[in-house]
Amino acid sequence: MMIRKAERVLVMGITGRQGTFWAEHMSNYGTSIIGGTNPKRAGETHLDRPVWGSAVQAAAESVDGAPDAAVLFIPPMGVKDALMDAIDAGIRKIVCLTEHVPVQDTLYALSAARERGTGIIGPNTAGLVTVGETFVGFMPAFNPNVFQKGRVGVISRSGSLGTLICLNLVQNGQGMTHFVGIGGDPVIGTTTMDALVALDNDPETEAVALVGEIGGAMEEKAAEYASTMSKPIAAFIAGAAAPAGKKMGHAGAIVVGDKGSYAGKKAALEAAGVYVSPTPFGVAAHLAEAFGQAA
Amino acid sequence: MNFEEHAAKPVLRAHGIDTPRGEVVRDATAAAEIAKLLGPCVVKAQVATGKRGKAGGIKLAANPDEAEGHARAILGLTINGLKVEKLLIEEQKPIARELYAAILNDAESQRPLLLFSAEGGIDIEELADERPESIQKIAIDIRKGLDQGVAVVEIARSMPEHATAIADVLGKLYDAYRASDAELIEINPLIVTKDGDLVALDCKLVMDDGAVPRQGELAPKGTPDSVTGLEERAKEHSLKFIELDGEVGVLANGAGLTMTTMDAIRHFGGTPANFLEIGGDSYTKAKPGLELVLANPKVKALLVNFCGAFARTDVMAEGVVKAWQELKPDIPIVFTIHGTGEDEAITMVRQELGVEPHDLMNDAVKAAVEAARSGSASQ
Repeated sequence: MMIRKAERVLVMGITGRQGTFWAEHMSNYGTSIIGGTNPKRAGETHLDRPVWGSAVQAAAESVDGAPDAAVLFIPPMGVKDALMDAIDAGIRKIVCLTEHVPVQDTLYALSAARERGTGIIGPNTAGLVTVGETFVGFMPAFNPNVFQKGRVGVISRSGSLGTLICLNLVQNGQGMTHFVGIGGDPVIGTTTMDALVALDNDPETEAVALVGEIGGAMEEKAAEYASTMSKPIAAFIAGAAAPAGKKMGHAGAIVVGDKGSYAGKKAALEAAGVYVSPTPFGVAAHLAEAFGQAA
Repeated sequence: MNFEEHAAKPVLRAHGIDTPRGEVVRDATAAAEIAKLLGPCVVKAQVATGKRGKAGGIKLAANPDEAEGHARAILGLTINGLKVEKLLIEEQKPIARELYAAILNDAESQRPLLLFSAEGGIDIEELADERPESIQKIAIDIRKGLDQGVAVVEIARSMPEHATAIADVLGKLYDAYRASDAELIEINPLIVTKDGDLVALDCKLVMDDGAVPRQGELAPKGTPDSVTGLEERAKEHSLKFIELDGEVGVLANGAGLTMTTMDAIRHFGGTPANFLEIGGDSYTKAKPGLELVLANPKVKALLVNFCGAFARTDVMAEGVVKAWQELKPDIPIVFTIHGTGEDEAITMVRQELGVEPHDLMNDAVKAAVEAARSGSASQ
């Protein structure tokens, strides 16, 4: 679930306002964008690249080779068809940025993705960044105040909070290897644990900043794996002050009774040897200390 | 979105699951009238929350007089913060056995998950804590639907004599789950009557909020979350706003950052006045958002925390500046701004409002908490 420069990226929904804006930013950063899709504008060019009617068509016709990854700038009710199209096209990695996707549509696409061995990141993710190399999604990878090359891998359910954590690392004189946005929906393809395993196996990543949220059980599950890791991990869990039973913006962020609560997640992570910071800035500060001791 | 029992049961009936005969009433006299037609009946509070029975919101009535008395007592009760204004009056059914059945969107298996227990009728969370082995689970491939053969074999482990009939009801429940875009649909209890029929005595339905736009017929029958006046106004702007009891108004972009801002206010000894997210698609709505925050008289200071990726901080800051100049609120405002468009945003705030944004979020939060405290003290 990391993105590398060599991967050819298809931008689904490239002709829309956001698709255009972010495709340009991605391309300028170094992402290999082979073109995009819009069924109504197949055959045209946009941003000097071909527009296809579907991902299947793109895979068949692209002269630059079939896409390795797809990123979706598609409205919620069109996401299921777009995901199925990208899966049918044989694309191995699909980044779904869209918020408010019906969850049963997500489950449907995940069923097909399992069968084909396709990785789905999201829905409701801000995307993936490999710092200094490439990015897909809508993260300000190109902003040097927020993203600097370094040693920390960042996992976040939230784009805005993930941005803050990256900013804090840079403010504290550190930098990142990868940013893995996994998404704020209650059901997502790539989980906190999947991202943690990937960063553990990444030779350039020496430590992990884990940014979680109340709701669900993904942080608890990730904690089981974290206990086996030797790389230092610092976590921040958003929602300590959130009232129970209220959905806090992200559909996934709701506490019912004790389930998914801040206290439960903090306890599980701390039991696994993870430092849980009461503030976002404390994550950067703790990792700086951990590096200091290691050096 | 939650559905009250009387709004959820028609979804079951539409897919062929039996429910008791009944009517919704709003006063005790009408309850007695319906009871005359039904005979021995049940008077049930219609509020979209659990544990209605424990709260005294469900009573058996042998005759119309009893129904009227129970109705009078239950109407006006407040259960989990919800005032009872409607009752469902239903015929009684002869219960031989109580079962539990539910289907929900399961994040862990990434599939619809069917839950079944031969020990229904009690609170499922208590059952899960005390006797987890009594809850049977089937993860379903949503592209294929519930496999009746698999269901029969699984159910036969606990209910061999009725397995085929129960599996048939579960198949219908799955159809109802799909058709209603449920994140949870639950029958508790599903009863076996003394005649061996299967009847859903209750139904809980939670529709996935993301699916509401395509559920044009069913969604209006749901019960929106109870909201304050300000929360209602926020809805008109399609903003997610939750009113809280604190003193520091919060304006931030993105759900994660907004929650974190609230957490940080608490951490530094303050109290947040609201949750308001203006990220995602709504980042151009800073102005109506700010108007909402300031309409809350409890707000003693405002903290603006922008960390823009998709959401451009210059666009958001422009909205804040405009609203601030128009409303001229007599409270301190504190900023911290980073990410997409930050240079323009920071310049704008300096020039138009004469305020210097903080570089570190912690410093901004501390300043806002302190400002709110001295604001309260001076009043």
